[in-house]
Amino acid sequence: MDALSSLVDGFSVALSFQNLALAFVGCFLGTIIGALPGLGPSNGVAILIPLAFSLGLDPTAALILLTSVYYGAMYGGRISSILLNIPGDEPALMTTLDGYPMARQGRAGEALSLSGVASFVGAFFATWGLVFLAPQLVKVALLFGPAEYFALFALAFATLGGISSTNQAKAAFAAALGLGIAMIGVDGQTGVPRFSFGEVHLYDGIDFLVAIVGLFALSEGFIFLEHRGDRSGEGKHATVTMGRITPSWKMLRFTTPAMARSTVLGFIAGVLPGAGASLGSFLAYTAEKQISDKDGTFGKGDPRGVAAPEAGNNAAAGGALVPMLALGVPGSGTTAVLLAVLLALNITPGPLLFTQNPDVVWGLIAALFIGNIMLLAMNIPMVGMFARVLMIPPKFLMPIVAMISFVGIYGISGSTFDLVVMVIFGVLGWVLRKLDVPLVPVILGTLLGNLMEANLRRAMTISDGDWGVLFGSPLAIGLWTVAFVGFVLPIIVGKRLKKRIHMAKEEASSITD
Amino acid sequence: MGDRIFGGLGLALAAFFIWQATQIQLSFISDPVGPRTFPIIIGVLLGLSSLAMILRPDAKPQWPPLGRLAEIGMAVAVLLIYAYALPQVGFVIATALTAAFLSWRLGTHPLQAILAGIATSLGIYVVFHLILGLSLAEGPLGF
Repeated sequence: MDALSSLVDGFSVALSFQNLALAFVGCFLGTIIGALPGLGPSNGVAILIPLAFSLGLDPTAALILLTSVYYGAMYGGRISSILLNIPGDEPALMTTLDGYPMARQGRAGEALSLSGVASFVGAFFATWGLVFLAPQLVKVALLFGPAEYFALFALAFATLGGISSTNQAKAAFAAALGLGIAMIGVDGQTGVPRFSFGEVHLYDGIDFLVAIVGLFALSEGFIFLEHRGDRSGEGKHATVTMGRITPSWKMLRFTTPAMARSTVLGFIAGVLPGAGASLGSFLAYTAEKQISDKDGTFGKGDPRGVAAPEAGNNAAAGGALVPMLALGVPGSGTTAVLLAVLLALNITPGPLLFTQNPDVVWGLIAALFIGNIMLLAMNIPMVGMFARVLMIPPKFLMPIVAMISFVGIYGISGSTFDLVVMVIFGVLGWVLRKLDVPLVPVILGTLLGNLMEANLRRAMTISDGDWGVLFGSPLAIGLWTVAFVGFVLPIIVGKRLKKRIHMAKEEASSITD
Repeated sequence: MGDRIFGGLGLALAAFFIWQATQIQLSFISDPVGPRTFPIIIGVLLGLSSLAMILRPDAKPQWPPLGRLAEIGMAVAVLLIYAYALPQVGFVIATALTAAFLSWRLGTHPLQAILAGIATSLGIYVVFHLILGLSLAEGPLGF
């Protein structure tokens, strides 16, 4: 097995003292970030990228740190779902449905540890999926020429809004905005400045790290300020009794089938473009409810209802890494941010990554396994400590997040100009959020804009200006078809799906309240 | 501001973007596509999606009352001042003041906010500068 021997090499990279320490720190920070309401995996990773960058970590080490944060945040999201009935991040929404009722019955500790185990199962098997599936996808991707890549980028944008997106016009607007931002700066092929208005600072273009931190992290601060922190857990302290903090064998056996099914569903949802972790946990929960809910216990604290979405969303998180690593095209918001990490480190993701930087890829995958085991070990005994983090009121937390954002960006460039641009992006992010315009396509556009244009122009140079080359191979036509379907389908089914997610949530809250 | 107004702004932005794209200088060496085409495609996409928002707007979002809006405006102003003041004043002082301001505006008692600001600033300084060795802005006092 080719993949297995590469994995062994990966472990030899990941098992160095420095990398183990980074994985530990990443898992720890990630769990805290995930647990805090309002800070999810994408903002968490966004804040930490510039820091990892200015600390001068080598690519493998930086990736290990940041993906540990990513996995950690996926674990952490469940804590506030269960204790406060507030999802720590979007994918953890479904966990509130049965997790909070369990907590109110005095079984919070059990719910937390069970969901910890479920998260582990989901993430662990999804990482195995990544080991075997990603190299297969790489083989396909090696057949891609510039025209196919152009179509693939179009596919990524078309499907990024997600199947549950209700307004495709806004998703398209966001993508165009991001692509437009990427156009600022000197054109790589002919050397002429574009959209720089004679401002020298703009000749290098807008650093996507600045855009990401502004859009994700700072805008979150403005949202807090708008609500003056009233929407989060203040005054609603975690007063539920913990109960026992280890799940019984009986319960684990009882929930094993649910975890297994959800892991498979979640992984598939993660690999598919435009689905991501939120849909993974939603599918896992609804499927489990259909299969197992014979006595109407779902929504009232059924342990299977806690295990299913947690296994589902963590499996999806692992699955989402497949297209990101193998094709260089992320399938979700957080993987888009991880893509930014790679680009910032001057590594071009995609099929060549596996041949040119095998140590980076396999070291990263090995680190994911290690991180997972660490997270499980950390989450069961220390869950009480993580729960205490939820008590930090946002009025102290938000300034810290904002200041750390500034520190990270200033650390990279030491330029006031970048800080000002970041603040502008923060305001832009706030306005876009208010209008329900998704932020992820903006980021992806900023990241991939130049690559997308380069592929278009390369394809055209090869074909000598014939636009037909974009549809010139069956592979390209296939990609365009998927892109088209992926863009149009949500217009037809998106509203219904969103309504169902909403209904599931409302049904549950009417039971708990 | 609802979707219609936002769409209108988007349309204006798209027009400006396309106009600017046609103003891009051409260099004497060029590929078949050139530096103008892709930006123009993006501009068209921007315009079309703005048009769609104008034609089929969503429900109006819940905008905060004027007072809150002013609050956000103040915070933006403070952050901009912070960005300019950093290299002049130095990290520790500028950050303590800014964090204290933000914490105060989020509802902390003023005295408590000052303490929180100082703690935040020193905490970040110790962790990121002293322990991790990150370079932070140095003012005339050296910190």
